[in-house]
Amino acid sequence: MMNCLLCGVGGQGTVLASRVIAQTAMEAGEFARTAETIGMAQRGGCVVSHVRVGGGCASALIPLGQADVLIAFEPGEAVRCLPYLKAGGTVIVNPAAVQPVTAALSGGREDGAAMVDYLKKKAGRVIVVDGAAVCAACGSPKVLNTALLGAAAASGALGLTLEQTEKTLRARLPEKVHEMNVRALRLGAAAAGKE
Amino acid sequence: MGNEAIALGAMAAGVQVVCGYPGTPSTEVLETAAKRNPGHIYVEWSVNEKTAMEVAAGAAYAGARVLVTMKQVGLNVASDPLMCVNYVGVKGGLVVLVADDPGPISSQTEQDTRHFAEYARIPVLDPATPEQAYEMAGAAFALSEQLGTPVILRPTTRVCHACASIDAAPIPVPERPAGFKKNPDWVIFPRLSHAAKKKLFAREESLSRALSGSPFNTVRPGRGRLGVVCGGVSAAYVQDAMAILNADCPVFTVGTPYPFPAELAEEFLETVDAVLVFEELDPVLEDALVYLCGRRGLHTEILGKRTGHTITAGENSANLIAVQLAAFLGLPAPEVPEPGADAPALPVRPPILCAGCPHRASFYAVKQATKGMNAVYSGDIGCYTLGNAAPLNTTDTCLCMGAGISIPQGLERAGDDAVHIGFVGDSTFFHSGVTNVINAVYNKTPVVICILDNSTTAMTGHQPHPGIGRTVMGEVTAKISIEKILEAIGVDFLRVVDPLDQPAAVAAVRAAVEAGGVRCVIFRSPCVAIVKSHGRMQVRADCRRCGRCIRELGCPALSLEDGRAVIEPSLCTGCGLCAGVCPFGCIQEVEK
Repeated sequence: MMNCLLCGVGGQGTVLASRVIAQTAMEAGEFARTAETIGMAQRGGCVVSHVRVGGGCASALIPLGQADVLIAFEPGEAVRCLPYLKAGGTVIVNPAAVQPVTAALSGGREDGAAMVDYLKKKAGRVIVVDGAAVCAACGSPKVLNTALLGAAAASGALGLTLEQTEKTLRARLPEKVHEMNVRALRLGAAAAGKE
Repeated sequence: MGNEAIALGAMAAGVQVVCGYPGTPSTEVLETAAKRNPGHIYVEWSVNEKTAMEVAAGAAYAGARVLVTMKQVGLNVASDPLMCVNYVGVKGGLVVLVADDPGPISSQTEQDTRHFAEYARIPVLDPATPEQAYEMAGAAFALSEQLGTPVILRPTTRVCHACASIDAAPIPVPERPAGFKKNPDWVIFPRLSHAAKKKLFAREESLSRALSGSPFNTVRPGRGRLGVVCGGVSAAYVQDAMAILNADCPVFTVGTPYPFPAELAEEFLETVDAVLVFEELDPVLEDALVYLCGRRGLHTEILGKRTGHTITAGENSANLIAVQLAAFLGLPAPEVPEPGADAPALPVRPPILCAGCPHRASFYAVKQATKGMNAVYSGDIGCYTLGNAAPLNTTDTCLCMGAGISIPQGLERAGDDAVHIGFVGDSTFFHSGVTNVINAVYNKTPVVICILDNSTTAMTGHQPHPGIGRTVMGEVTAKISIEKILEAIGVDFLRVVDPLDQPAAVAAVRAAVEAGGVRCVIFRSPCVAIVKSHGRMQVRADCRRCGRCIRELGCPALSLEDGRAVIEPSLCTGCGLCAGVCPFGCIQEVEK
């Protein structure tokens, strides 16, 4: 059984990422469950997706302390969701903070680097994927999720290969964005090799 | 997704008509029926839930299998036809899909549709997982046709929005419905209702007995004389919690809360000394068990919400149930990981209007126009409820669909000196706003009504509505004009403005406030999620660090970096509202 939690801020593309993991697992013959945040929180709120692969679970929600992998689109959200990660689990994190309006209004700023430092102190293994650099290289802000998926697949923690993930992406996405997403997937995977 | 599973289950059962009104967490059921429609199914977004329920009843009278979809508060709107249709009965199967929202996550209330089912004496099925929701959708049609009455299918958010691997059956093309056969029994009348009530009451016991044998009600034997009773998604959490605890107690799972499977429940209660009940929302199973104990003279202790052993609001989880179950069974408390005390302060992220959202511009224009006035802003249900957040603070009341137009009328009639301004979205205007404008004009109640027309039903995921000119099946249809409706009603003042043209928008609101009578301002600008962005703004290097843009607007694309305003390029849509707010002209459009 593999549990993967994805977290971020509404609008970052967590739902598609969790569906890709689940579909890839299903293509490999596994049973999969997912649960996503849909609704009001999608408007700039905290969003979490749960993916559970393999039998042996009744509910789609991962209990605290049972996630093998935490894929965080935003470092502050990674820290918020850290209690889900099991001891020695893997964190894949995009280090760029999404500045909350509440912080801007009080003159503050979320410190993404401090969040990443904390993750490194607490988690078994932390893979930092510079999402902004990948997006710039691929020419679209929308490939952040693909980059993180690439790192997660390459890390081995999902139990899925990069090739399997690429196949699902090709099946799910319109052809005109295939090249861009495959590029982001590979750049993300490269980040996993650099830990 | 559970919602997709429900639609596929209904389609496998030969559903012919699907109607409903969008509402989280129910929306994707109807959307799936539209998307996967092989061509023989009639699918519509109705104007509201009451209309949907009536269209559904009519189709079921004529022998069609019908699915009608809504969220729990939508059932309040549809309760008039629902309460009545059970007395009259149906010919084709009528399944009422009502999604409940424990938490609540995206709703005004934590109401429990299982109560509604019992109140209306309509059987209700309560799935624990998406795969069970699929099975129940088919079973609900069979039960509805067997009884000749509607059946409610009640998933909750975590079933609706969860996905699971399912083998879906092929979708058959059903025979054409037999058509409506005239009969006095289709006309609800006191004499008919008296007889129907007797029949419904008598049916309850035989149905309860039959449901004791339903595969949706199960007893899992276990060790000891302490048991668990559960239903809905809590049944899945109980399984995961028992795995966490390595516990092995007997478990009774109820998938048909009404009529309650009393026979099976009694057999179970006789095997245990005490039970702990796990369910979300209201203590429906708990109360049914307490009632049964009283009725049958059983001495089993029933623990749950009423005894303080489980939570009375919010969602259950495997972790929470593991802790409560361990205490009940006398097992060591499980370890629950907690956030570290040494963690950096976490960002606070309430939901907010998107960067570039035209509603922000509309609210800002109203605020500017009413500056210094004693103005009360009444909001409504939709993305624009988020106008409540700082720094806009333009939602002083919010109640239910349509109330943004009628609450100000009551405030006005209570006789204070404030200017009463109501806000309503375009889809909500068609849903239940029109009658409320008629009420204001008829009763000559002076109010200012702001209609925020973003040409979609945004919050639930961009469904079309009567003002769009397109149906859910993508067909072109009449585009119903909001301004023509208002003209026909006879409002005293009507302006249509583009909220992104701030000077014009502010002037229109000022003129409205100064004029008397029922005044309507339509703010028309499409939702940023459905149109290409205008461009992008940037803050020049000579930003004076006054922070006004941030303090006034609360746009998520704006933040402070070393005291300087910066605009996040991936979020900015180039609406330009901030450029108008900057007193030094330091915000400019990025040249394309």
